[in-house]
Amino acid sequence: MSTLLEHDYIGLSEVSPAMENSEKISSSSSTVSSELNDKSNTLNLKETELRLGLPGSESPERKFGGGVSEKSGCSLGVLKTLVSGAKRGFSDAIDVSGKWGFSGNAGSEVDLSKGAVLFSPRGGNGGKSLPVLEGATQKPGTAAPVVQVVVPASPKPVAEKKPQISTANDHGMAPAAKAQVVGWPPIRSFRKNTMATNPAKTSDDTEGKSGSGCLYVKVSMDGAPYLRKVDLKTYSNYTELSSALENMFSCFTIGQCASHGVPGRDGLSESRLMDLIHGSEYVLTYEDKDGDWMLVGDVPWEMFTDSCRRLRIMKGSDAIGLAPRAMEKWSGTVGVLHGTLILSS
Amino acid sequence: MASKKKRNSTEGKENLVSPFPDEVLECVLGFVMSHRDRSSVSLVCKDWYSADRWSRTHVFIGNCYSVSPEILVRRFPNIRSVTLKGKPRFSDFNLVPANWGADIQSWLEVFASAYPHLEELRLKRMTVTDESLEFLAHSFPNFKALALVSCDGFSTDGLATIATYCKNLTELDILENGIEDLGGGWLSCFPENFSSLEILNFANLNSEVSFDALERLVTRCRSLKVLKANKSVTLEQLQRLLSRAPQLVELGSGSFSQDLTFQQYAELKNAFNNCRNLHTLSGLWEASSLYLPALYPACVNLTFLNLSYASLQSAEFAKLLPNCPLLRRLWVLDTVEDKGLEAVGSSCPLLEELRVFPAEPVVGGGGGVTESGFVAVSRGCRKLHYTLYFCRQMTNAAVATVVQNCPDFTHFRVCIMNPCQPDHLTNEPMDEAFGSVVKTCTKLRRLAVSGLLTDLSFEYIGRYAKNLETLSVAFAGSSDRGMQCVLEGCPKLRKLEIRDCPFGNVALLSGLERYESMRSLWMSACTVTMNGCRLLAREMPRAKKGCPSLRSHPLRIIISMHGRLSR
Repeated sequence: MSTLLEHDYIGLSEVSPAMENSEKISSSSSTVSSELNDKSNTLNLKETELRLGLPGSESPERKFGGGVSEKSGCSLGVLKTLVSGAKRGFSDAIDVSGKWGFSGNAGSEVDLSKGAVLFSPRGGNGGKSLPVLEGATQKPGTAAPVVQVVVPASPKPVAEKKPQISTANDHGMAPAAKAQVVGWPPIRSFRKNTMATNPAKTSDDTEGKSGSGCLYVKVSMDGAPYLRKVDLKTYSNYTELSSALENMFSCFTIGQCASHGVPGRDGLSESRLMDLIHGSEYVLTYEDKDGDWMLVGDVPWEMFTDSCRRLRIMKGSDAIGLAPRAMEKWSGTVGVLHGTLILSS
Repeated sequence: MASKKKRNSTEGKENLVSPFPDEVLECVLGFVMSHRDRSSVSLVCKDWYSADRWSRTHVFIGNCYSVSPEILVRRFPNIRSVTLKGKPRFSDFNLVPANWGADIQSWLEVFASAYPHLEELRLKRMTVTDESLEFLAHSFPNFKALALVSCDGFSTDGLATIATYCKNLTELDILENGIEDLGGGWLSCFPENFSSLEILNFANLNSEVSFDALERLVTRCRSLKVLKANKSVTLEQLQRLLSRAPQLVELGSGSFSQDLTFQQYAELKNAFNNCRNLHTLSGLWEASSLYLPALYPACVNLTFLNLSYASLQSAEFAKLLPNCPLLRRLWVLDTVEDKGLEAVGSSCPLLEELRVFPAEPVVGGGGGVTESGFVAVSRGCRKLHYTLYFCRQMTNAAVATVVQNCPDFTHFRVCIMNPCQPDHLTNEPMDEAFGSVVKTCTKLRRLAVSGLLTDLSFEYIGRYAKNLETLSVAFAGSSDRGMQCVLEGCPKLRKLEIRDCPFGNVALLSGLERYESMRSLWMSACTVTMNGCRLLAREMPRAKKGCPSLRSHPLRIIISMHGRLSR
């Protein structure tokens, strides 16, 4: 892992040649480094113009940019599109007094969208006029900007509503903060995305939380030394479940397995079906919410996943009470896997 | 020896300070490694400045906009290793607009001519394109180490060029970046005669790599010390890798669930048994409790266990922990719940750092850990000094207990995930909690606050947190006074990041004298206005003008304004 340490200070005592590279530096609109501008310090002191521009996106044709180009007309284009979108937001920002939205604007929508128009103070801006800024004088030379102001371009649909937040002095209950807030909780996007695609396991097989994205139930097989767990949500029908279980427990079946073939969705051919039924040794059962042991395959898949708490692959001999009835029920759509389990589609 | 070789042109004035030659000084200074110490060294006198300048081989730049590459290369001609940080930390949370900047290319171009022997580049929150990576691969024949953390702008194609052309590569560390994953073919680009790799971390790339290529790579890189695979690597494959590289000290496993036969399981356990040198373990994606016991023999010397991507439940977690008696750093998901944290308290007496991440990082969710888990850890782990704790509820009393048990906190970051949530037992603000933190933990350097907070909490911080360097604030405070207290009261404050707080122009401008010595200020969704910013910009140089001898520190102030639509 990188061993990035906390900040460091690079004391720069010499007057830098920054002025020659002023374009780069000054357009790095987020720094103050007056030591870089010793020569033009006196000029800079007067200059507080805020400038529009993104430090990284000057002219689009310049592929690798470290700052905003003065010469390109594109920055103005950028400016225009961003400003037009930002008009409303910007004027609102201007008009906002020191009042905090808590007390005044409970429930006001805070726009935290991503596009931005950046303002930064600098001296020259190449003569471009900045329509939204009053008093922006344009001086040649370059001042290192002091403050960068970012204004998001336009309210995006994705901008969520801020939760109704009671005033800080109000000791009321926490807001019903079901609404999502951009950038909160402060978790890196990478982690957020990863957790979203890999939801946490449910805590207990007897309390599979449906709707949370996974439904793990224990699967036991008579005679196997350990159990397995399967996520019922990853299957959409009995066929898939059966083939998965077959793969899982194939190491435990001995000898008589005729094949490991997975029955197609349409079931098996009749001859093979009969082979398997007669040769079958195991029956798949499950324990439902009421604690009863049921044969897998009777109910529609969704109902099964809702009520199933655990699975058990029973020896056929133990399932005498269940199996014959089950076999009567099935017609040609039955898939039966020799040596492992029985299912219905 | 009294002769001096003056490499820098001196003005001929007598040098009163240094009685020994520059070479000796440089040699001695070579032992000064910490960046802060190096900076201090350079301030002593011109000779020392010069000695530092010529002898420095590693430079750290915490803010890429604070200095230009041209200035850097002029001052330090012999740099071999560069660490650069770019965007503000809040860019990790999507609060910084895209295309903001912090592009590495301009730096690389300067380095290519000034530092042709550059060996190491470590970047955090920079924008790096594939073209830049290609430029890097072709410009620096001695290049050895590339580490990219939380960067964006590149794809696996860029990694392919690095693998192909960097013949002396020892380290490739790709961590949690916004990388475009176009496939795992990049790994196969390491030439067959390439064998210098010591550190390989591709844990956060999702695409499957050619296991064949990986196995061969691991086999021929006899110096490989760190291997962090991604989740496409199965348990069975992991076992094969381990048997090739039992010398590993850091391992990131792939996916930890697979259908294993008994034989395979036994082989896996055996492979772990042979890896007694491991001090860091991570990965364990989709860990199945069934196979965790295979790990136990390898945990005997573990000091850092990173389970932040493994959703373990408390029971299996509690069984794992006693096998890691030497644990110092632990990262977990809150799926282990309070019960799991109790196990931490009882099994890990040497623990110094605990990070608990939320499995469901959303506002208003359920589950996770509470204050009781936090207290349980503090009771058993008295050496705890670093915590990052995401929870859904907390109490003032619990925090007070925690810091009483562990007064040595240097980094205290508690995130109550629902904004503005009060103490869930008393319904009071969480002011007293953080008050107790700053009163008790005198060594505190980093603090992140959350929950319902009034200005009182900031008064506490300003009054007591005299060593505080980094403060993160969100949805807190009642008025400008809060921010003012902090700016006035915390002399060592370097980084201040604030979002969604009622701090306005008065607060912002009150820090004029302070910003001078700070690294960065971030304010977003506060009540600062454009006029306030203008005023700040106008006043800032004046503040400097008053102290001509004061060396200005690089500084960044970023204020993010948001449009408000009132109802």
